[in-house]
Amino acid sequence: MMKTHNCYVPHEAEIIERVQETPDIFTWHLRFSDAEIAQHYRFRHGQFNMLYLYGVGEVAISVMSGDGENLWHTVRAVGRVTKAMMDLPVGSRIGVRGPFGSYWPLDIARGKDVVFVTAGLGCAPVMSSIRYVVEHRQDYGRLVIMQSVRHRHESLWEPQYEAWRALPNTQVLLTASRDQTRWPNWELGRVSVLLEKADYNKEECVVMMCGPDAMMRDTAMTLKGLGVTAANIYVSLERNMQCAVGHCGHCQLGGKFVCKDGPVFPWPEVEALMCVKEY
Amino acid sequence: MKDMRYFPRAGLAELIAAIKESGYRVIGPRVEPGQGGLAYREIAGVEDLPRGLSDEQSPARYRLHPNGSQRYFAWANTSSAIKPFVFTPREKLWTVVRKEGRLHFEANHEVAKKTAVFGVRACDLAALALQDAHFLRGAHTDVFYRARREKLLLVAVNCSHAAETCFCASTGDGPEVSDGYDLLLDELDDGFLIRHGSTKGAMIMTDLVTQEASPEQISQACAQGELCRERQTRALPEASRLPGLMQRLESPLWDEVAERCLACGNCTAVCPSCFCHREFDSPLLNGKHSEHWRDADSCFSEDHSYLVGEVVRAHTRARYRQWMTHKLATWVEQYGRTGCTGCGRCITWCPAGIDFVDEANKLLSAEEEA
Amino acid sequence: MNASANTPMPKVAIHKFASCSGCQLAFVNMGTDLIELTKLVDIVHMAEFGHVAPEDEPVDVAFIEGSITTPHDVERLLKIRANSRYLLTMGACATSGGIQALRNNADTAEWMRSVYAKPEFIQSLSSSAAIANHVKVDFELWGCPVSVRQMLAAIRSLLFGVAPQISREKVCQECKRRGNNCILVTQGAPCMGPVTRTGCGALCPSFGAPCYTCYGPAENVNAQSFGMCLMGLGLSPEQVARKFASINNAAPVFSEATQLFSGSAWMEE
Repeated sequence: MMKTHNCYVPHEAEIIERVQETPDIFTWHLRFSDAEIAQHYRFRHGQFNMLYLYGVGEVAISVMSGDGENLWHTVRAVGRVTKAMMDLPVGSRIGVRGPFGSYWPLDIARGKDVVFVTAGLGCAPVMSSIRYVVEHRQDYGRLVIMQSVRHRHESLWEPQYEAWRALPNTQVLLTASRDQTRWPNWELGRVSVLLEKADYNKEECVVMMCGPDAMMRDTAMTLKGLGVTAANIYVSLERNMQCAVGHCGHCQLGGKFVCKDGPVFPWPEVEALMCVKEY
Repeated sequence: MKDMRYFPRAGLAELIAAIKESGYRVIGPRVEPGQGGLAYREIAGVEDLPRGLSDEQSPARYRLHPNGSQRYFAWANTSSAIKPFVFTPREKLWTVVRKEGRLHFEANHEVAKKTAVFGVRACDLAALALQDAHFLRGAHTDVFYRARREKLLLVAVNCSHAAETCFCASTGDGPEVSDGYDLLLDELDDGFLIRHGSTKGAMIMTDLVTQEASPEQISQACAQGELCRERQTRALPEASRLPGLMQRLESPLWDEVAERCLACGNCTAVCPSCFCHREFDSPLLNGKHSEHWRDADSCFSEDHSYLVGEVVRAHTRARYRQWMTHKLATWVEQYGRTGCTGCGRCITWCPAGIDFVDEANKLLSAEEEA
Repeated sequence: MNASANTPMPKVAIHKFASCSGCQLAFVNMGTDLIELTKLVDIVHMAEFGHVAPEDEPVDVAFIEGSITTPHDVERLLKIRANSRYLLTMGACATSGGIQALRNNADTAEWMRSVYAKPEFIQSLSSSAAIANHVKVDFELWGCPVSVRQMLAAIRSLLFGVAPQISREKVCQECKRRGNNCILVTQGAPCMGPVTRTGCGALCPSFGAPCYTCYGPAENVNAQSFGMCLMGLGLSPEQVARKFASINNAAPVFSEATQLFSGSAWMEE
């Protein structure tokens, strides 16, 4: 990035397609208006963009997949900005700045078993990584995908998970924590239920995890108990990111700026402070 | 000491005139008429400087008193440091125009004025270096900060007077200025010693009539600094002990300080190294364009740790802990040293009179007992 | 007001209850923005303006000025709520009950006898209540009077289809952004900034006058500690109580602080 550049200014992008995934989750297919920016845009799996809603503000959203000409973001309408974003029709223009932050350790994971553990919309930031592993299946060991939701009807991309289930040397585990009915291929309970069933080499694996803080904390503890080395566990954190370049200070977790040192961290780097209430 | 020169008190007007002739607006310490106390404000000349005034500072208290001398710099520090002149508390980052459904983004280009800050202190120069590290040295540069920083001329004055709240000697940042200045003065009873620390400073000095400083004058200046150091009553724990704060995150002392803390954020606002700011949009009423701004923010505000549906640091205990542990411990991981330069403003300007140094000492001595 | 071509403009009503009308006046005084505003919304009701629509006319946004002090007020308010998509309080009276809520601690019947020759003609509730005590309030705009800048920002947000963003930080933050020296520290002035919500632009302290809480309590107020600070400046507990018992005396945080420092309901002495 050039030192003379005002790094806070977004670029215009068009919503060329939108999918209403659930009543409060939608996916945007975006394209930068400036062809040159679109061509040069490259992201690494796990990074995020700042999406800007005209007159309202920016939000940090992980890149689900794509490139500058076909960029996909999945967003939950929960805050002031994202709720209004859900109302934007196809053809609307927004602002996009990015990509920012660290990325999933797909290089380090090469040759090892790869384990994805996600909860809720935490599945979006790992989607592109799963696809990458699937596309380069021979470079990796066993693939285990665990996803937890509250209710099955809130789950995203179930057909995609079912397709992955059919791949060789791959295990897909889904669970619904609040459902009463036990659906075929679904467990009842939280992520911990899946961790017991997951089958992979605990000594030679890389775990990539994304979900609420408490879920990641508990899962990391369980994994360590099962014999997974803490340094092989990676988490993606969510904090208040405004500038995305380590200036505004809101996303600090101890000495880390989650926006530029993260959002993806090896668990030992954040473990101590993630276990302190309100830090 | 070889480049040390001397000029009589009357020469100060000439120095200010020379700076102005070089195209700088001059910011200097002056009495704030509405509110009282010293602040860095634009000055016309020596007549605006606080001649014969000393500050009395203690927790939650700042007063000026006549001291019967002719000195201009017989005080410890002003209400704010250099910070507002580089990291402005409110800044427009960009504008976006919406026309026929399209968005046109336009970066705001800060045209900085040449600005001389006169009478800066060692603690404030050290804090400026910390802000430089934050805004200039990362992968991304803050263009607004940089534009102002490049236009800055810094005229430092070594401290001859310590307030009760000063503790720069314990952080190693003062009372003597070591670097980062363009010009450096020592105020003596009848005049000033001067030396330059940059080409910019040297250029200005050439316009000034000076004479070689005598060994007596130099030793008088040194003695003033020494006295200033000895008069400091507060001291932070040694740097090597400060990481111990991270072992005290569940200490009941945080609850104890939270009982007194107002969570008003005055400490962070006056702190010369604090850099937090928040961004927001300010749309025109007719909706045709919108401006994107930033405001200085504080870790004592709820927005600071806001996540959808949750404020991570909901209680004052956690906010005070964030402020202190960042300043004294986690800052080291970020910028290689602590974020505190011993200016004591957080003590003076805390309406509840919370003593940052005392709290840090209490927390760490509790740790050692534990 | 402004007949629009095709799509009808959002309808806005500004209703008045027990108040000095200062918030409506602030609105009328906003200058050229008022002309701009009438191009964006249809102001169907504003007594101060001369536009009067019935309370049961459906509107998109209702701004409420004033507190609820009579049984008739309650009836009107319920009708307004039922017919408004968004309801926003405007100013201290509507948001916390206003200065007139000081009477909440007094004996209504007794003071009515002492003020009115024929108190039997007066129909009044025993308290002055905030709008939120009676109906759901979507957004609160504090201040005495309300900040027109905040009102317009709220309208702009609603026109964009987003929730207005209303900061609850302390006045001190804005005071410091303006570069002020703190008068509490330099003069020992009993400035209420450290417990008061932002929104005014730190107007009073910028002119050397202490803040008197007209924007109500900020978030996370430490009233007990601050009261002790004021006592350290030489105020008596009674004087501290009166500092909190001002324009927003009925805001829960302030009314608790008043109780705390007066030791009892202070109006009774």
